[in-house]
Amino acid sequence: MSRYYTDEHEWVDVEGETATVGITDYAQEQLGDIVFVETPEIGAELSQGDDAAVVESVKAASDVYAAVSGTVVEVNDALEDEPALVNSSAEEDGWFFRVTLSDKSELDDLMGEKAYKAFVDGL
Amino acid sequence: MSDNKTETLKTLPLDSWHRSLGGRMVPFAGYEMPVQYEGVMAEHLWTRENAGLFDVSHMGQVQLNGEGAAEALEAITPGNISALGAGKIRYTLLLAQDGGILDDLMVTNTGRNLYLVVNGATKHHDIAYMRGQLPEHITLNHMEDAALLALQGPKAADALAKLNIQPLEAGWPVPNELYFMEAGPFLWGDIPLGISRSGYTGEDGFEISVPAEHAEKLAAALCAMDEVKPIGLGARDSLRLEAGLPLYGHDMDANVLPVEANLNFALSKARREEANFAGAERVLAQYPNKADKKRVGLFVNGRQPVREGANVVDADDKVIGAVTSGGFSPTLQKPIAMAYVPAALSETGTEIIVEQRGKRIACMVADMPFVPHNYHRKPKL
Repeated sequence: MSRYYTDEHEWVDVEGETATVGITDYAQEQLGDIVFVETPEIGAELSQGDDAAVVESVKAASDVYAAVSGTVVEVNDALEDEPALVNSSAEEDGWFFRVTLSDKSELDDLMGEKAYKAFVDGL
Repeated sequence: MSDNKTETLKTLPLDSWHRSLGGRMVPFAGYEMPVQYEGVMAEHLWTRENAGLFDVSHMGQVQLNGEGAAEALEAITPGNISALGAGKIRYTLLLAQDGGILDDLMVTNTGRNLYLVVNGATKHHDIAYMRGQLPEHITLNHMEDAALLALQGPKAADALAKLNIQPLEAGWPVPNELYFMEAGPFLWGDIPLGISRSGYTGEDGFEISVPAEHAEKLAAALCAMDEVKPIGLGARDSLRLEAGLPLYGHDMDANVLPVEANLNFALSKARREEANFAGAERVLAQYPNKADKKRVGLFVNGRQPVREGANVVDADDKVIGAVTSGGFSPTLQKPIAMAYVPAALSETGTEIIVEQRGKRIACMVADMPFVPHNYHRKPKL
């Protein structure tokens, strides 16, 4: 399994043709207490850069963009009852949705862990 | 609120103190201000149960001096300022010549002059407007060398009592003897303080005007107490929303009249009868309930908040109003909002629809405050 990152602070775990998407620990830290996550519909066809999800903190709503193109095959139902999972476990239990990748070449433009860390350190 | 990063932001007297405590600084009202320290939810709940210290030094503190200042201010406010006794505070509105709301403010009769606290984002405009409207012999002193700290919460009075603050003049009360909307001049050691029993969280508490050079000493002394923590702008906003208190520039502005803003209490009886304040004819034509639209509170179905800017729509998707503040209530653990709706839909319990990002969200008009006020009111005789 390989993990990729975007400059919008999403992470993408790729296993075969399936990618799991969430927001990074840095992102949840910036957003603060998360009170609601609007996940995409199963079956939705996402193009890279589309609005894919909305994450709501006490104060503000933030868009989560589709880090990669694909068809949504699963969403994290646990977030419905416990949106704070995104705060406590952003990069594991707090994942948002899974897609079947439609264009794996998009991954070439994403960052690896080292590059993302350097990106965040520079902010 | 401003997101314009190219503007030059000013810093508060307590800027380095906020940063040393881990405050996350964001642009607000032209200043870099702490939006949170440990987190909005924790800070909000702490203030409802203990005491929170807020730096509101961005707000404008203005003294009006001169014979007849109260009567003069009444030309541009609908409050009964001239009837305000020494040591008493009134919430009022600064009105444009057409009655539109230019700002909301607190006015204190200090016994020597009027002391005004106005919003940070509007203070320069307010001062210019007042200068243009008030007679020349009334002087305006913008107290730019004073910080303003708000100590809010059920333990605020106990915390403040530990500082052994004394009245400036014999015969005046100590801070804890003030009731809600009373104020006085005090000394903390040899540091002069102006203390008001007031605030914008719905809780008991105080607003403390302190010379900027002593602000850090006061903030540190309060936050050294177990029951006091520093609280950021984020929780200040969620607290005032739960308390049903409108935020200028969001829940009202120059295009809104007082009755529409659901601020009838700010139109005092004596002033309604005199009807001689700016825009009185237009304002009073709506009094008490003849406005077409009204600011109301909303409960939101489900857990997803509706936000400022979302439209209120009718069954045919026609836009009939707008959400002006919205968020998640940490106390109630559900989303709440303020919105302008047609007067016919403003009764408590009325179901309305908010459209947000293409989704229709069911809401219900709710009584405000959403969370009961906990003010230290003077007992009724």
